[in-house]
Amino acid sequence: MDYATIYITLAIVFGLFMAWGIGANDVANAMATSVGSKAITIKQAIIIAAIFEFAGALLAGGQVTKTIRKGMIDAELLSSTPDLLIFGMLASLLAAGIWLIIATYYGWPVSTTHSIVGAIVGFAAVGIGIEAVHWGKVGTIAMSWVVSPLIAGTIAYILFTSVQKLIMDTPNPIDNAKKYVPYYMFLVGFMIALVTLFKGLKHVGLEMSTGENYFIAVSLGLMVMFLGKWKISKINIDPNEDKDFHFANVEKIFAVLMMVTACAMAFAHGSNDVANAVGPVAAIVGIVESGGQVAQNSVMPIWVLLLGGVGIVAGLAMYGSRVIATVGSGITALTPSRGFAATLAASMTVVLASGTGLPISTTHTLVGAVLGVGLARGIGALNLGIVRTIFLSWIVTLPAGAILSIIFFFILKGIFAA
Amino acid sequence: MVAKNYMYRLFGHSPVKPLQTHMEKVVVCVQELIPFFDAINKEDHSEAKTLQKSISKLEKDADKLKKDLRMHLPTGLMMPVSRTDLLEVLRLQDQVANKAKDIAGIMVGRKMSFPADMGPLFVEYLQRCVDAAEQALATVNELDELVETGFRGAEVELVKSMLQKLDKIESDTDKIQIKTRATLFKIEKELPPVDVMFLYKIIEWVGDLADLSQRVGSRLQMMLAR
Repeated sequence: MDYATIYITLAIVFGLFMAWGIGANDVANAMATSVGSKAITIKQAIIIAAIFEFAGALLAGGQVTKTIRKGMIDAELLSSTPDLLIFGMLASLLAAGIWLIIATYYGWPVSTTHSIVGAIVGFAAVGIGIEAVHWGKVGTIAMSWVVSPLIAGTIAYILFTSVQKLIMDTPNPIDNAKKYVPYYMFLVGFMIALVTLFKGLKHVGLEMSTGENYFIAVSLGLMVMFLGKWKISKINIDPNEDKDFHFANVEKIFAVLMMVTACAMAFAHGSNDVANAVGPVAAIVGIVESGGQVAQNSVMPIWVLLLGGVGIVAGLAMYGSRVIATVGSGITALTPSRGFAATLAASMTVVLASGTGLPISTTHTLVGAVLGVGLARGIGALNLGIVRTIFLSWIVTLPAGAILSIIFFFILKGIFAA
Repeated sequence: MVAKNYMYRLFGHSPVKPLQTHMEKVVVCVQELIPFFDAINKEDHSEAKTLQKSISKLEKDADKLKKDLRMHLPTGLMMPVSRTDLLEVLRLQDQVANKAKDIAGIMVGRKMSFPADMGPLFVEYLQRCVDAAEQALATVNELDELVETGFRGAEVELVKSMLQKLDKIESDTDKIQIKTRATLFKIEKELPPVDVMFLYKIIEWVGDLADLSQRVGSRLQMMLAR
C-alpha cells in the first residue's frame, strides 16, 4: 500500500503541529510560576524550557506516549481493519490541534491532555464501538485529573509549611536558608532522576539495576546540591535591602532554588505533554511499519519522541517566548520561596504521573499547587474565578475533542477508504 | 493570540502594597496637622489656610487610593487575610485622614486660635496622636512580612509587640486629653462659649486620630488570629 507514506507524512505533520502548539502555549503555563517569581529572567526561562522540555520529552516521555498510543483502545478489535486505527489517530491529532487553536483564540483555559484523550475516546467509542474503549484505563486517567491537583496542592502546602518552619519563622532566616535550601535542591535532583530512571531508559540504550538507579539518582541529587551551594555562596548579602522588606536577602537564596525547580518543571512538562503530540504518531508509525499489523508489542522508535521534542522547542522559540514574557511581567503576587513550593510540588506530581504512564494536565496540577500555597496563607491574592473557569473548561474539552475527532474520523475514512 | 494566558490571570493584584501606600498617604496627611497647629498657635491664618488646603488635598489622594484598592478586590479573591478585615482596615485608615481634614477645615473656617498658654499643650497632644498613626503605619508595613512568613512564628511576635506599643501610645493620648480638657475647663468661663464648645470638639477629634489608629491595629490583630 502506497498509502503508508501518506499516512506517516500526515501523522508527522499533525504531530509536529500539535507539539508546536504545546510549545507555543502550554510551556508558558508550566514556566509561569518560575518567571512570575522574578527569580529567573525571561531569557533564562526560555533557555531552561528549551533544554529541559526536550530532555523530559526524550528521556521520560515514553511511558505516557505508550498510554496514549495503545492504552486506551482495545486494538485487538481492530486487527482486521488497521486502517480505522490510523484514521482515528489522525483524526484525534487534528481534532485536538484545532480545538486548541480555537480555545487559544478565545482565551479558554483548555488542556492539551484533555483534548487528545477526549478525541481518542470519542473516535473509538463512536467510530468503532463502545467496547473498543478500555473504560477501566480511561476511568483511571479521569480520576488522575481530579487527584493530581489535589496531590500537588497537598505537597505544595507541606513544602511551604516546611520552609516556614525551617527558615522564615526563625530568628535568623538568612543562615537557615543557606543551610536548608541545598537540601531542597537535593530533593529536586534526586526525585526527578529516580522517577525517570525507574521507568527505564532502555529506549536511549541504557539499562540499569535498581541499585545503580539509586546510586545515579543520589549522585545527581548531590551534584545539584553542590552546584546550588556554590551558587548560594556567591550571593551578595546586602543588609540594606532588608530595610524595606526584611526577607529580600532570603528570597535571593530561594531564587537559586527556583532556578533548579524551573528546570524540574520544564522536564516534567516535557515528559508528560510530549505524549499528547507523539502518542498518536507512534501508534500510526507502529501499524504502518509492521505492514498493517496492529502490533501491541512493537518498540516505539525513538525518533518519534525526538520529533515531539523538536516540535515543542520550535513552538517555544517561535511563539512561546512571547507568551512567557507576558506572563513573567504580569504576575506580581509571587516571591521565589512560594514559587519554588508550588513549582516543585507540581513537577514532582507530574513526573510521578509520567512514570506511571498517566497523561495529566500540567497546568491543572500547577494550579492545584499554587492553591496549596495560597491555603497556607502564602500568596497575596488569587483569583478563584479563574480556577473555576479552568476546571469547568476540562468538562467542556472532553466532548469538544470527541465530537471533532468523530467528524474528522468519518471524513478521513471517506477519503481514504472509499 | 497571546493576550489571555490564564496562569497569569490566576494571580490577582496583592492588596498588601496598596493598603500600605494608602496608610502612608494618610500618615503624611495627619503629619501636616503639626505645622498647621504651629501656624494656628502663631495666629498665622494665611499659613494655616495654605496648610489646610494641603491637608485637604492629601485626604483626597488617600480617598482615591482607597477607591482604587476597593475596585481591585472582587469577591472570589483568595487572600491570606479575610476580605472583610482588609476592607475594614482600609475604612479605618481612611477615617484617620478624614478626621485630619475635618480638624483643619473647621479650625480654618472658624478662624480658631488656642487660648492663652494652651498652644503648647495642644501641640503636645497632637504630636502623641500623630505618633499613634505612625505606629499604626509601621504595623501595616509589616503585612508583607506576615504574608512572607505565612502569618506564623517570630514575625507574629514582632507585630504583636508593635501593637502593644500602639496601645501604649493611645493610652498616653487619653491621659493628655484629660489634662487638656481640665486645663480648658479652668479657663472656659473667661472665653466666648461657642469658641469653647468648638475647642472641646477639636480635643475630641484629635483624640479620635489616635483612637482610629488603634482600631486599625486591633483589626490587624484579628488578621493574625485567623
